Amino acid sequence: MRQFTKGFAALALAAGLAFAQGAAAQGTLRIGMTAADIPLTTGQTDQGGEGMRFMGYTVYDSLIEWDLTSADKPSVLIPGLASEWAVDAEDKTKWTFKLREGVTFHDGSPFTSEVVVWNLDKLLDETSEQYDSRQAAQGKSRIPAVASYTAVDEYTLEIVTKEPDATLPYQLAWILMSSKAQFEALGKDWEAFAATPSGTGPWKLETFVPRERAEMVPNTDYWDEARIPKLDKMVLIPLPEPNARAAALLSGQVDWIEAPAPDTIPAMTGNGFVISSNAYPHNWTWHLSRVDGSPWNDIRVRKAANLAIDREGMGALLGGLMVPAKGFLPPSSQWFGEPTFDVRYDPEEAKALLAEAGYSVENPLKVKALISPSGSGQMLPLPMNEYIQQSLAEVGIEVEFMVVEWNQMINLWRAGAADPAVEGSESINFTYFIQDPFTGLIRHLSCDLIAPNGTNWGHYCDPEMQALFEQIKTTFDPAEQDAVLRKTHEKFVNDALFLMVTHDVAPRALSPKVKGFVQAQNWYQNFSSITME
Amino acid sequence: MFSYFLRRVILMLPVAFGVSVICFMLVQIAPGDPLTAIMPVDATADEQAAMRAVYGLDKPLPVQYAIWIGNLAQGDMGRSIASGRPVAGEVFGAVNNSLLLAFSAAVIAFPIGIFLGFLAGYFRDSWIDRVVTAISIAGVSVPNYWLGIVLVIIFSVNLGWLPSMGAGPGGSQDWSWDWLHMRHLVLPAVTLAVVPIGIVARTVRALAGDLLTQDFVQALYAKGMSRGDVLRHVARNAAATALSVMGLQLGYLLGGSILIETVFNWPGSGFLLSNAIFQRDLPLLQGTILVLALFFVGMNLIVDVAQAAIDPRIKRS
Repeated sequence: MRQFTKGFAALALAAGLAFAQGAAAQGTLRIGMTAADIPLTTGQTDQGGEGMRFMGYTVYDSLIEWDLTSADKPSVLIPGLASEWAVDAEDKTKWTFKLREGVTFHDGSPFTSEVVVWNLDKLLDETSEQYDSRQAAQGKSRIPAVASYTAVDEYTLEIVTKEPDATLPYQLAWILMSSKAQFEALGKDWEAFAATPSGTGPWKLETFVPRERAEMVPNTDYWDEARIPKLDKMVLIPLPEPNARAAALLSGQVDWIEAPAPDTIPAMTGNGFVISSNAYPHNWTWHLSRVDGSPWNDIRVRKAANLAIDREGMGALLGGLMVPAKGFLPPSSQWFGEPTFDVRYDPEEAKALLAEAGYSVENPLKVKALISPSGSGQMLPLPMNEYIQQSLAEVGIEVEFMVVEWNQMINLWRAGAADPAVEGSESINFTYFIQDPFTGLIRHLSCDLIAPNGTNWGHYCDPEMQALFEQIKTTFDPAEQDAVLRKTHEKFVNDALFLMVTHDVAPRALSPKVKGFVQAQNWYQNFSSITME
Repeated sequence: MFSYFLRRVILMLPVAFGVSVICFMLVQIAPGDPLTAIMPVDATADEQAAMRAVYGLDKPLPVQYAIWIGNLAQGDMGRSIASGRPVAGEVFGAVNNSLLLAFSAAVIAFPIGIFLGFLAGYFRDSWIDRVVTAISIAGVSVPNYWLGIVLVIIFSVNLGWLPSMGAGPGGSQDWSWDWLHMRHLVLPAVTLAVVPIGIVARTVRALAGDLLTQDFVQALYAKGMSRGDVLRHVARNAAATALSVMGLQLGYLLGGSILIETVFNWPGSGFLLSNAIFQRDLPLLQGTILVLALFFVGMNLIVDVAQAAIDPRIKRS
């Protein structure tokens, strides 16, 4: 596929690229997505971050949302369909949510606390008539803290958690509210609902052709006037093949593409297209095995590997579209803190640390690393891993790769480092969504989440870290919780718990006609401010 | 003729059964998990197990096969795991789009291939023969996805004459035979036609060349028949073999256009198949392979019957 991409870029440049202007209606934005299908339209979306970005926070809202208005600062939680919330002063498992009044679904029905209960049942209560296994598959695992929920009055909701858990607001930011009235009007059939969905979001889904296109129009009655879309229409087109996406943009068939291949970027910028990018909570690491006998149990080896990689040099491979890692979280994260271990390129220091551990270029440490040739969010895994392999060899770490296809990689990630299926691999190159305390920090290293029961691939378990995770969950003041999160991340870095390589910057290529887009430091984006020139 | 047709249809049944077993088992061999497409990667083991049970993936393979073939016999191909939509709708919609593309490519490729092949066979060992041979070798040798990209760069990106992707301005559902839609068909159909042009030209060249040296041709000339009439006899004699090659090519065009459909984002069976493979969407994969394989078997049947109609010797054998 890389040859394929290279060939395209070379040809594109040779051809001169006098790009053609397609005839587009005024105010219509056409987006080429990387997904192969239109994300699930019923509420909880599939297709990962892209699904939530284009079909989640567009058609639907959650009780608590991400602030997507600024490109300059990390995005934080803000009131969504809940205007305020608080945990009970005495009983820290009891939360009260005040819902926004006067909000209506696209079908005109009112949004009330009873509808929130109905939506939670949709995901959690298998006996309810609205239970939907497809949405449950996507949503249930996002709200592990929720034990029960009741509508106190029309606009007051109470949620009780299984144990005190201050990360509940982050969990609820995943849960999108579908219209009960629309479901009932369509004969209580989710398949019919998928064709004519109804949420409270700023966009209404007008039409969609599975696997081909979805068309959205503004919800002019949206409760947040600042987020009523300015465009006439937004069209989503699945274009999973990177070259097909690039050609569609260059030939004027779409105005915006997600994730342009780095090789095609010079051709695009040379013809006036704009590359939009920004730091966001994503990382590209090697998750290290900490099972007995793993060479990564030695902190000197972990630090040496982190010091052996010239991350700036890797930027050339990626057309500069990366943020060199200084830690597990991006340097701009509100939870980065002030770690004492400086993640940098220092091969001499790396060699010295390895010498202490008993290894050298002549007597290298041999490690086995699990990698995939492609995959969602994996950037350009083959050349990047080969780059790392070469960098590590230069200081005395010899890497043997085990290469598996992406779908199988996910299985091996779920299986964990001790599973025979990983064939003794001591690391896995897996990219992470690290937007909230749980997905960002806790899930990777918590003792109770050791694979295959959870997502702690490496079987790491450390009492001090576990205490920090507990503190995150029991610190209900947001500012104090942020301080604990910073301290936790400092430990991630100081103990060099991962091979921290780079962060993606969510590049997207836009036609110069697209105006007013502010790329938030988030996996999701706000499309309401956009206009077409 | 009817008994011949019936015999061939009956012979199709074990082939279809074999195809169903192979395509069911084949997709089970590849490592991977269909649930990856519908659950967050960090769903817990319990949640995965519950979902596995919902889709019947926790049952032994023979049981899964029996359920699948049982449903199939009742016309139910199941539901796609990734999209939740009925497989039949997904597959037949995509096959429809692929048929459109395949027949368009065949309409371009077969007349050109036959014409070039005849020309080369008639003027064997002349410069015309060498030019046609060069064209047909180039046709079968050039990677067609590469050619597709080049055509996109020239005609879509550079000249802006033709669209580079999709099956119409509003998707394939509102397809109609007007220029607004047909312009989406031009580049993929031309790209797809290149290989069969080469193969058909080479086959017809060989057939025509051989037939023209046979005694009956000399006899026809000796009887005083005109060159045109002689060529008609040659064409009739070449038709049975050429037809079988073209029938197979049509089958390949339908099922073998994964790369072309990917390059042009054409919503056909190849595109569907490649996405189903990446997502390990077993019901969709099985359904698509089965339909394509049966189409191939059906194509063979049609070709055999047509051959028998053209050449009675085949029926007798």
